[in-house]
Amino acid sequence: MIELENVAYSYGGGELLSDISVKLAPGSFHFLTGPSGAGKTTFLKLCYGALLPTAGHVRLFDRDVRSLERDDVAKVRRRVGVVHQDVQFLDHLAVADNIALPLTVSGRQAQAMAGNDLTELMTWVGLTNRADALPPELSGGERQRAALARAVIVSPDVVLADEPTGNVDWDMSQRLLTLLVELNKMGKTVLIATHDLSLIRAAKAQVQARVLRISNRRVQLAGADL
Amino acid sequence: MFNLATLRALAAGDRQADRVVPPTGFTAQLTLFVSGAMAFLAVFALALSLASGRLADRWGDELARTATIRIVAPEDQRALQTTAALEVLSTTPGIAAARALSDEEQQALLAPWFGQDLPLDTLPVPRLIEIETTGQGFDPTSLRLRLAAEVPGAVLDDHGRWRAPLVSAAHRLRLLGWAVALLIIGAVAAMVTLAANAALAANAQVIAVLRLVGATDSYIANAFVRRFTIRALAGSAVGVVVGLLAVWLMPSGGDTPGFLTGLGFQGAGWLVPLLLPLICGAVALFATAYAARRALRTLT
Repeated sequence: MIELENVAYSYGGGELLSDISVKLAPGSFHFLTGPSGAGKTTFLKLCYGALLPTAGHVRLFDRDVRSLERDDVAKVRRRVGVVHQDVQFLDHLAVADNIALPLTVSGRQAQAMAGNDLTELMTWVGLTNRADALPPELSGGERQRAALARAVIVSPDVVLADEPTGNVDWDMSQRLLTLLVELNKMGKTVLIATHDLSLIRAAKAQVQARVLRISNRRVQLAGADL
Repeated sequence: MFNLATLRALAAGDRQADRVVPPTGFTAQLTLFVSGAMAFLAVFALALSLASGRLADRWGDELARTATIRIVAPEDQRALQTTAALEVLSTTPGIAAARALSDEEQQALLAPWFGQDLPLDTLPVPRLIEIETTGQGFDPTSLRLRLAAEVPGAVLDDHGRWRAPLVSAAHRLRLLGWAVALLIIGAVAAMVTLAANAALAANAQVIAVLRLVGATDSYIANAFVRRFTIRALAGSAVGVVVGLLAVWLMPSGGDTPGFLTGLGFQGAGWLVPLLLPLICGAVALFATAYAARRALRTLT
């Protein structure tokens, strides 16, 4: 599904990631951990074609990312839902419209207008009463949940979340984690980048997750110490 | 830059897609104003061009169909030579009619310079013969030779000497009018490109979000292109209407039309400025598409 083979990524003259080989199999659940600045966000961006590796190969859905045209990258992103820590929305559109945005841009207007999936999804993330609000009116937790809803509305094969609980309290982080675990149970591949080890421990009670750790520019499978 | 499907999608519009770009902004007013002002100016440039064209045609036609003979002779021979010249003219191929001007007509011609009370009979004013030619015209060289032989005081003026520069000037003025109209359209393209660039730069976050959720570059570009095309269409339509009103309200020269009082449109000419909104819209479409594709290549 997403495969990195001997991937390196350099930035500003220095190598940030080196010789990384990781395969995200369909239906798997991964955590990516490591200290701040280790390259977790860069790793995620490599996984959805926002960055190109300086060495090695990244294959998204069996296609080398370097061979993708710009429109192909856009189509790949419809199969990969992304939640960033600093979530960005179209501030002039209501929350419901923002969540439906992936449907709108992929030409599935009718589905967006029918609103069944949207209503169900907004109930699932607990934002039903905030549908008409504008994004700047949302709290940090509400923004994260709205971002998660937006990421999954097109039923992507993969969900990538970068510090999805970074701006929320413990209770909210547990709710978001539960939502991601539910998605995984629906067959979605999930990768969560986080430095929050307590979140990883909490997740391990709910789902069989592999933990990848970035250390010294390389990605290793973390041991039982987590 | 565009294929048929893209143009069809642009024409059909997409309300949902149109909403992804924030609706207001400085560039919106700028595009409307510039398109309106430029269309207004373009109406006048077209009026100038079309009026010059009419003037060139009229001068060309009227002067090409007429000629004048001056009889410069002592007073006692003037009537004789006039009659002789008229006889020569009556047998010259290509001449439809010829007649000597009366004293009153000659006085009327000189009145603007010497006043109404000019004592024409006391002055050595040459007699003028007005010639109207047939469609084929006459051969001025052979007529001059015949007149030189039979009417020594006759001087043929076929108007060519001063007709050519006048007609040429009018043609140049017509070209100038079209050049001004083209420059105005070019200025619209430049201004819309700048405005579109500014709008794209100001909406970098919007573009980042759209890309994150899987929008293609053409989807993003079309959202901007539609908006700027509609603004340019609307602005230039208003500019054209105001320009046409201004031209329509310009004073007419009545029975003595001059160049300035003849500035305007006639007949089907009134329809020509109606093409301006379409041209401005098309210019905005291509200018925005160019700016958007260029900007989207650089924005990551």
